[in-house]
Amino acid sequence: MWRRAKEKASRWRVTNMGYDFDFDVIARSWVYLFRDGLSFTVTLTLLSMAGGIVLGTLLALMRLSHLGPLRAVASTYVNVMRSLPLVLVIFWFYFLVPWIGGWVSGSGQPLKVGAFTSALITFTLFEAAFYCEILRAGIQSIPRGQLFAGSALGLSYSQNMRLVVLPQAFRNMLPVLLTQTIILFQDTSLVYVISSTDFLGAAHKVANRDHRLVEMYSFAAVVYFIFCFSASVYVRRLQKRLMIIR
Amino acid sequence: MNYNWNWSILFELEPGASGSYLSYLLVGLGWTLALAILAWLIALVVGAMVGIGRTLGSARLERMCFAYTELFRNVPLLVQMFLWFFVLPELLPQALGIAMKQMPPPWASFWPAVLCLGLFMSVRVAEQVRSGLQALPRGQRMAALALGLSVAQTYRRVLMPNVFRMILPPLTSEFLNTIKNSSLALTIGLMELTARARAMQEFTFQVFEAFAAATVIYLVVNLLVTLAGRSLERSLRVPGYVEAGEGKGLPLAGH
Repeated sequence: MWRRAKEKASRWRVTNMGYDFDFDVIARSWVYLFRDGLSFTVTLTLLSMAGGIVLGTLLALMRLSHLGPLRAVASTYVNVMRSLPLVLVIFWFYFLVPWIGGWVSGSGQPLKVGAFTSALITFTLFEAAFYCEILRAGIQSIPRGQLFAGSALGLSYSQNMRLVVLPQAFRNMLPVLLTQTIILFQDTSLVYVISSTDFLGAAHKVANRDHRLVEMYSFAAVVYFIFCFSASVYVRRLQKRLMIIR
Repeated sequence: MNYNWNWSILFELEPGASGSYLSYLLVGLGWTLALAILAWLIALVVGAMVGIGRTLGSARLERMCFAYTELFRNVPLLVQMFLWFFVLPELLPQALGIAMKQMPPPWASFWPAVLCLGLFMSVRVAEQVRSGLQALPRGQRMAALALGLSVAQTYRRVLMPNVFRMILPPLTSEFLNTIKNSSLALTIGLMELTARARAMQEFTFQVFEAFAAATVIYLVVNLLVTLAGRSLERSLRVPGYVEAGEGKGLPLAGH
């Protein structure tokens, strides 16, 4: 009798896909997800974007420089970074940064570095390689005649770059730079591997605490999709507008 | 503050006693490549179909392919891995879901990872195929249709052979991206190269040797694939045909 009831129950579950949703878990945790998680993700994205673009510009200028050693250093750096999986790079810096910190500060031991600092350094250095390639293409898209004209007017190299070439390069490449930033935003979810609490990390913690993996991961996917999709719609619109003005 | 370098650790026996740490890492490379190659096959097939779908001129098909592209492009790969591994088995009919979860250890994470990575990369392939098709001179399609070829024949015999030759350089770099992205399978428990480097670091505390070895392996694979891609390009080049080199057009963001 008992067994028959159990069989009946299991048959019922088969026909009903066997999963009962509990979306209440999102209502219970969304404050934590957005306040702790998303703010980490957004801060990390914006700071690494700023750092990555600055460093990427320098690398692009080095790659286009007339000095052989500068060119070699920059292209080796960029090519190595671009050949490695981001996860491996995150692991590298997670362990390397404390040692370098200890060496720089001269203290006898590896420095204690928080997960956020470590992630920020990693993403800045990693994304710089990608921003560099975008900016290099941007700089090369400026006709050389402009450089010659600038020099003829008496501008120095740095003035030429600062006042003539870079503003146009940034403008031409703005859509691509922003798309790369959307990818960076998605990539920050990888801090999961060093157990940081970014948006996905927060969702993961709630999911495991309440045994609600399905709801939390689906919710995370929806939130990421909404953010990235709206951003990419904006980028496409921007691209059209820039193309018309040029 | 001294780090104790010990490169001979690579030749010591790993705890599972399957061989040295070096062979442990190389087995990981095998998993990485198996995952990347299978995913790449899915990406090529699905990507070509979606890319073609966007150039056939049917508004409805175009919208569907666009939705597909946006869906897979705007959710982080890591979240997609979790969806395939943790969420999908719960949503499938129970028997299938249980069968998925009860596959023996490497396969239970390997197959979801293959599907996930394959569909994720298919979007990138689709974009390349679409832009390749749009870059072909319109006359080719018209000439083929005028000769009496059906639309399917036009694509199979005229357009696609040209497009694949044209987009070979970006496809090579997308394949490299597939290899790199396969490292995300470690989050669902597949012991591929990066995961094994991490495990080696945990067993031995020789952090930098483990990661340096993995780094060198990735760089070598990268180099070999790049060289293979170039020689493939050379052997498939259509004489006198315009090359779509990497310098052309906007660089695509991403990695």
